[in-house]
Amino acid sequence: MTEVVVTGLGTTSPLGGDVATTWEGALAGRSGVSTLDNDWAETYGMAVNFAGQLAVQPSEVLSRPETKRMDPSAQMAIVATREAWADAGSPEVDPERLGAVVSSGIGGVWTLLSAWDTMKEKGASRVLPMTVPMLMPNSPAAYVSLELTARAGAHAPVSACASGAEAIAMGYEMIQQGRADVVVCGGTEAAIHPLPISSFAAMAALSKRNDDPQGASRPYDTERDGFVLGEGSGIVVLESAEHAAARGARVYAKLLGLGRTADGHHIAAPEPEGKGQTRAMQQALEMAGLAVTDIAHVNAHATSTPVGDMIEARAIRGLLGSHSDQVLLSATKSMTGHLLGGAGALESVFTIKALQERVAPPTINVTSPDPELEVDLVRDTPRALPAEGQLAAINNSFGFGGHNVALVFGTA
Amino acid sequence: MADTNEILAGLAEIVAEETGLDAAEVTAEKSFTDDLDIDSLSMMTIVTLAEEKFDVRIPDEEVKNLTTVGDAVTFIEGAQK
Repeated sequence: MTEVVVTGLGTTSPLGGDVATTWEGALAGRSGVSTLDNDWAETYGMAVNFAGQLAVQPSEVLSRPETKRMDPSAQMAIVATREAWADAGSPEVDPERLGAVVSSGIGGVWTLLSAWDTMKEKGASRVLPMTVPMLMPNSPAAYVSLELTARAGAHAPVSACASGAEAIAMGYEMIQQGRADVVVCGGTEAAIHPLPISSFAAMAALSKRNDDPQGASRPYDTERDGFVLGEGSGIVVLESAEHAAARGARVYAKLLGLGRTADGHHIAAPEPEGKGQTRAMQQALEMAGLAVTDIAHVNAHATSTPVGDMIEARAIRGLLGSHSDQVLLSATKSMTGHLLGGAGALESVFTIKALQERVAPPTINVTSPDPELEVDLVRDTPRALPAEGQLAAINNSFGFGGHNVALVFGTA
Repeated sequence: MADTNEILAGLAEIVAEETGLDAAEVTAEKSFTDDLDIDSLSMMTIVTLAEEKFDVRIPDEEVKNLTTVGDAVTFIEGAQK
């Protein structure tokens, strides 16, 4: 088996425009959620008027032509990619051995809906020629491939809120299968638009805590009432250990294993016993060659929905058994909101940082933990992971449609 | 109706937005492809935006004849009438 390591990280998130600010915000237990800075709620009668909006707009860092040629989802991916690539030391790699796997759960929804608005207002002749290249869901992957001249392959596996994690899984496979030495992978989402918000709200999936946006995302709390939509991108640079060693790269962590399953149960609801989630975590541990007792930390999918959080918590408890008492569980969506296709990637960045710095980030807003929760939840302030020895951590991501992805990372 | 200079200035603004070039670089004798490095997709975007700005119709089959910025200005000026 080719060992796969992480050598670069990048993000733009509701907590910050880069990894350092985002991670610092997470350790500080800061909320990136706020009231929408527009009048949509009033104009459209929306039930939800807040979200995890980006801390730094891509237009502040990208050139004007770049923002005109890319959907916001691709813009965010490019911002995160540039950081991750520089962070990895801008490795010299044969373009045909460099891959790009960047997913979005929703795709270029801003582009599609803005073009439709233009067409309704001004007619078909005013629809811009860049509409299709901008709205296609593979656009972020394609732009990352263009940015870095990555020619081993560019992919965008889509599985709703598991997409970002699935992209990292595919990046791992590209290296394992010998298709690439380095793969830039992750996820992105720019769906803070009235239509997706209203669509999620129509499913009763979103928190309606309009009077307390920062307290709205509260995974595992008894008062949780739905997820908070977030936006942004997370990107990781995966590399074969051999390639990383040959160029003396700094290694953050190892990607040890992954598991992917499907519930085959319901188009939106998770299977109540979390069997698919458990199997995904089991597969990841088996691939990693780890026992449950090797796991020190779990970055949960936990979106703050009444049903979903506890299905996952029970699956974790069921798999880890009494060892759950020694596992530090973090639900970072409490601070970032839910980045949908960006979630699994941003949370991988958090998981990798947690292993590197041996500290588990907090879960905020849990004033009254669900009495059924039987895993050691990190609340309000970060907690130290064991200072010595090899550590491993699981990052779970699940998506509408019954997609379950578990990634297992280990200390470098 | 815009005069020649207004059309050139307006077109230069569109080209500058699309390409990131300084509008002052977008002069009449410049070739869209050879001097300004504009690909066909960008050219179609410029045409669409120019149609809206100057309220003219630039048929697809006409676009290939617009080699220089000046060609486009002349066409737009004629099409306004």
